[in-house]
Amino acid sequence: MLVILPLSGAMLCFLFPQRVKFLGLLTAFAIAASVIGLLLQVLDQGVQRYSVGGWGAPLGIEFYVDGLSLLMLLVTGLVGLAISVYSSSYFKADKAKHFWPLWMLLWAALNALFLSADIFNLYVTLELMGLAAVALVALAGGADALAGAMRYLLVSLLGSLCYLLGVALLYHNFGSVDIEILAQRLESSPAVWAAIGLITAGLLLKTALFPLHFWLPPAHASAPAPVSALLSALVVKASFYILLRLWLEVFPVASASMEQSLGQLLGLLGMAAVLWGGVQALRQTRLKLLVAYSTVAQIGYLFLAFPLSNIIGWKAASYMLLSHALAKTAMFLAAGNIMFYGGHDRIVDLDQVAQRLPLTLSAFGLAGISLMGLPPSGGFIAKWLLLEAAIRSGQWWWGTMLIVGGLLTAAYVFKVIGYAFTSSDLSHEPRAVPKRMEWIALTMALLAIALGLLVPMPLALIEIGSPFGESMP
Amino acid sequence: MNIAFFYALTGVGLFTLGVYALIVYTHLLRKILAINVMGSGVFLVLVALAARTQNAPDPVPHAMVITGIVVAISATALALALMLRLRDASNHIELPDESVE
Repeated sequence: MLVILPLSGAMLCFLFPQRVKFLGLLTAFAIAASVIGLLLQVLDQGVQRYSVGGWGAPLGIEFYVDGLSLLMLLVTGLVGLAISVYSSSYFKADKAKHFWPLWMLLWAALNALFLSADIFNLYVTLELMGLAAVALVALAGGADALAGAMRYLLVSLLGSLCYLLGVALLYHNFGSVDIEILAQRLESSPAVWAAIGLITAGLLLKTALFPLHFWLPPAHASAPAPVSALLSALVVKASFYILLRLWLEVFPVASASMEQSLGQLLGLLGMAAVLWGGVQALRQTRLKLLVAYSTVAQIGYLFLAFPLSNIIGWKAASYMLLSHALAKTAMFLAAGNIMFYGGHDRIVDLDQVAQRLPLTLSAFGLAGISLMGLPPSGGFIAKWLLLEAAIRSGQWWWGTMLIVGGLLTAAYVFKVIGYAFTSSDLSHEPRAVPKRMEWIALTMALLAIALGLLVPMPLALIEIGSPFGESMP
Repeated sequence: MNIAFFYALTGVGLFTLGVYALIVYTHLLRKILAINVMGSGVFLVLVALAARTQNAPDPVPHAMVITGIVVAISATALALALMLRLRDASNHIELPDESVE
């Protein structure tokens, strides 16, 4: 249902380009409703399994829902709904005709990805998602966006082929691609190490962990604002989700000592990403590039959970993922509003945005608060959990990273806000921003803050089906 | 070393060649071809490993290869279309250097 709905929405949008906005919005609301339906079902009955076409695990395609995938589906639904409403007034008719079908395809791929229970299916959805995302980036037109899209496409194909080769090796050794069966059969052997290496490298490339982040800023910054929000909030997270899932369920069986050293490596890379992304973000002169580099930094935080590898750490990473998705949507949408208004996004020339677009700037500021990790935002809770995990596992030095990263974030957010209050020498023709676009950005930012106040709910949700193993008292 | 193993090794070789070409060449058409070579390498590995037993070959990897080919075709089509658009927009078929932003 969750997959078919956006797919048919995409086809309808493709067939009836005149009524594309109406059809798209309709589908968006329908998807959101069915996600909530699934939420109620899972809350009621626990973990769900569904075999497509009645074929069971070893041969057929299976869908699987537990707390983690449900959380991802919810975030996707929430962000997707916001983006749909936002883009209904952002795109003009000629662009909208192309945007809606692609966006629906992307949504279908995301939902299928979060539901998939086998690693080959994950590959197919990963590719679908990548292709739709590339096409969306290219939508902006212009040489910059096209070059960004091309680079993104090549990187994403390289990443997924590495992943596929890893899948091939795993299948050869254990005769199955189902995650659960694999987890039972897996044992340590050189072929498995090679497969793990390939899969991890491919996914890191797609998640844009430092130093494999080079493709992200051009692609994210040159795309239209709603698309950048989608890419940062959801698409990058999808490949992280696969990595997290495999890491939790399949790889630990392979080899404990190797897992530890690989985890340390990922943590170090994450640390480097936090620093590098933060410093680069400070150096940017364009607003959207700044926000894109901030994504690079925030992805780094996600990987800090790997060396800790205890339950609190995983929870922290999921929480970070959640709050970053919301905050980054708000931030990109706010940046989109500012660009829409002034026609440019040079930070130095921001002309009294605070007075003219108060809602947008509040959205930007609130999202910034969550990214910095000030209480009571979602980002604060995530960092707090991460800190707790670091101390519990006796590796406190990861905690210092959180503080340094937070300071860097504060620096670049305040840089933007500072310029927003002053008037610049350059005057330009302002264009009125539809109220709907401003409110959506603000709503997302408020939700990111509210996450900090509603901690128990998402955390309880993740616990369903205990994807992180048995919980500690 | 049996014949299936030999094919699988060839597949890995193709994959490596593809990665090398993808990184070294700047012309976009070459990059797209390199991706295709990589893809063929992976498919070869899958098909070769399917024939690892004496009995009839395992059909599941064949299904995977067919799916993979479909994906590869659409990806190539998208890449070629993007390349043409890029040429129209910027008059050259290489990606701009990162440092010239």
